[in-house]
Amino acid sequence: MSLKYESTLREPLVDGVKDYHQVTEDIISPIEGKPGKLWYVGFFISLLLLGFGAFSVFWQIYFGVGVWNLNKTIGWGWDITNFVWWVGIGHAGTLISAILLLFRQGWRTGVNRAAEAMTIFAVMCAGQFPIIHMGRVWMAFFILPYPNTRGPVWVNFNSPLLWDVFAISTYFTVSLLFWYSGLIPDFATIRDRAKTKLRKLLYGVASFGWTGSTKHWQRHEALSLVLAGLSTPLVLSVHTIVSFDFATSVIPGWHTTIFPPYFVAGAIFSGFAMVQTLLIITRKILHLEEYITLGHMEAMNKVIVLTGSVVGCAYLTELFMAWYGANPYEFATFFKYRAAGPLGWSYWIMMTCNVISPQVFWFRKMRRSVAVTFVMSIIVNIGMWFERFVIICTSLYRDYLPSSWSYYRPSWPEVGFYMGTFGLFFTCYFLFAKYFPVIAVAEIKSILKTSGENFKEGMEKYEGKTAEEFSHAVHHEHAH
Amino acid sequence: MAVKNFVVGLFDDEAVLFPAVKKVRNAGYKLHDVYTPFPVHGLDHAMGLRETSLHTAGFIYGITGTTTALGFMSWVFNVDWPLNIGGKPHFPLPAFIPITFELTVLFAAVGMVMTFCYLCQLMPGVKKHIFHPRQTDDKFVMAIELTEKTNAEEVKRFLKDAGAHDINEQRAEAGWWYGRFDKDDADIHAYPANA
Repeated sequence: MSLKYESTLREPLVDGVKDYHQVTEDIISPIEGKPGKLWYVGFFISLLLLGFGAFSVFWQIYFGVGVWNLNKTIGWGWDITNFVWWVGIGHAGTLISAILLLFRQGWRTGVNRAAEAMTIFAVMCAGQFPIIHMGRVWMAFFILPYPNTRGPVWVNFNSPLLWDVFAISTYFTVSLLFWYSGLIPDFATIRDRAKTKLRKLLYGVASFGWTGSTKHWQRHEALSLVLAGLSTPLVLSVHTIVSFDFATSVIPGWHTTIFPPYFVAGAIFSGFAMVQTLLIITRKILHLEEYITLGHMEAMNKVIVLTGSVVGCAYLTELFMAWYGANPYEFATFFKYRAAGPLGWSYWIMMTCNVISPQVFWFRKMRRSVAVTFVMSIIVNIGMWFERFVIICTSLYRDYLPSSWSYYRPSWPEVGFYMGTFGLFFTCYFLFAKYFPVIAVAEIKSILKTSGENFKEGMEKYEGKTAEEFSHAVHHEHAH
Repeated sequence: MAVKNFVVGLFDDEAVLFPAVKKVRNAGYKLHDVYTPFPVHGLDHAMGLRETSLHTAGFIYGITGTTTALGFMSWVFNVDWPLNIGGKPHFPLPAFIPITFELTVLFAAVGMVMTFCYLCQLMPGVKKHIFHPRQTDDKFVMAIELTEKTNAEEVKRFLKDAGAHDINEQRAEAGWWYGRFDKDDADIHAYPANA
């Protein structure tokens, strides 16, 4: 038996009778087999979407940004909505991989690999929007401070849009490093059990020559811990800086100090919803129900109801401040044009999806229902998309001059671009699910003996013991 | 590095491995390494390895990032091209914080990962000897280096008593080399195991 034990009151994190080898078999064998029919169907649909997205972007670059329905009043529409939405989704992955690591939450091990992959793909999708939205995309490198022959004229370090460039690119790089450093040992596992030459070669290259040496593990642990420590403030900073894009402006509806925490809570909220959507499908198709258990889903649903309520509080605080602040423009933005007016419908979709419906998760039965969780995860993501749309468009479409008031609906290249990022996201995710271990194999093994179902059985007899008695009993057993 | 002789034993359980490591160290054998499929907490201490200084390296990289960002932005705004942007000051420290923070994190993370790869000799194209294919799956593999003073048979008996199984002798390159995992390595297999 193990030298450590966890209370039997805690639900096991790995169900079924498992040993280390069985864990490897369960998680790695889908990589070695042929993917199912559903995989091909899903992958093909994703590729179609990606192609349509590429065509939409081509169309916009060829004819200019005028093919979008943005106008003088509404300069930011679907493009920035989608950017903020995708960046937000990424946040759950880092929260699971970094913050929950620092908090020693064992349940993160079942879901962190897929969630981190989701982060990376979501940030890749997000990055497309501000770049394409620049219009002359071939000038995109102008956002980087590099020595040039125009002075050199540097970028404006006072601008939140430039902070965004640094925040998003740092976030992407650090997430990628964190994710890949965790993948190296698992690639080595695939390499060492590979039967075909090609697999041995490719995973041999991908595993960087990992052997599992104790010294290397010691450094690996130190690296993971420090990367987690770095990623924790990083993930909070990223959406904070995204919110600065709005909060540092003087547009009523944007110019509020509540934005950073409100954006971060919303980001985690929508990110967890996307993790749920992906993992419910992944666990079903790859038969990983014993690793991604109802307990995992329940834990994430608790985060969803918490962050959803934080977001709800923020909505109410904004309304209160708009009234209490006695600024007629801000009052008009919130009460006349956001909660009512031609785009008012989007505000109420947001309220329903983000604040009202997640309250079902106060009930344990609902938190542990796969069907309810799946439906809710979709609803939350729709709601969070509308939150960004509401913030951006309903603050812009009624400005100070009634003659420039406008309405906004997207043109097909805008919709196509958004669809295309779904294509990119799911193409990457399907490839990940096929060729990468979707669960961190080594990490599951390291919690198996304390949190595996078969190792928890028979532990009741130790429950009442003090630490000394427990340690005595363990040593007694080892002596025989 | 060099080609060396090893006695290799497999353990099934970390609870057996810990006392075995202790015995090997007490007996004075040269413990080359223990390979495990996952990080076994406390094994590094049991083997007498010192703590890693990777954290310190990370801190230094982070500080480098902080000074690079602050120094560069201050130089651009004050020395190289002092531009009046909306009447704002040339040294707006609060506005410099976001980028300074991001570069601190970026430098620390990238620097640490590169240092980690350097210290552990991890790179695409690097090849190392794998003592047993299941050392990355479910077995804990202990490799004891043979010197002129150790007798292979004695070490094998010793490992067996310590709870190991599948004990064998291997002659292998102890370091890394450029190679492919799908190719057998002629230089190593050229040596008979008990040459």
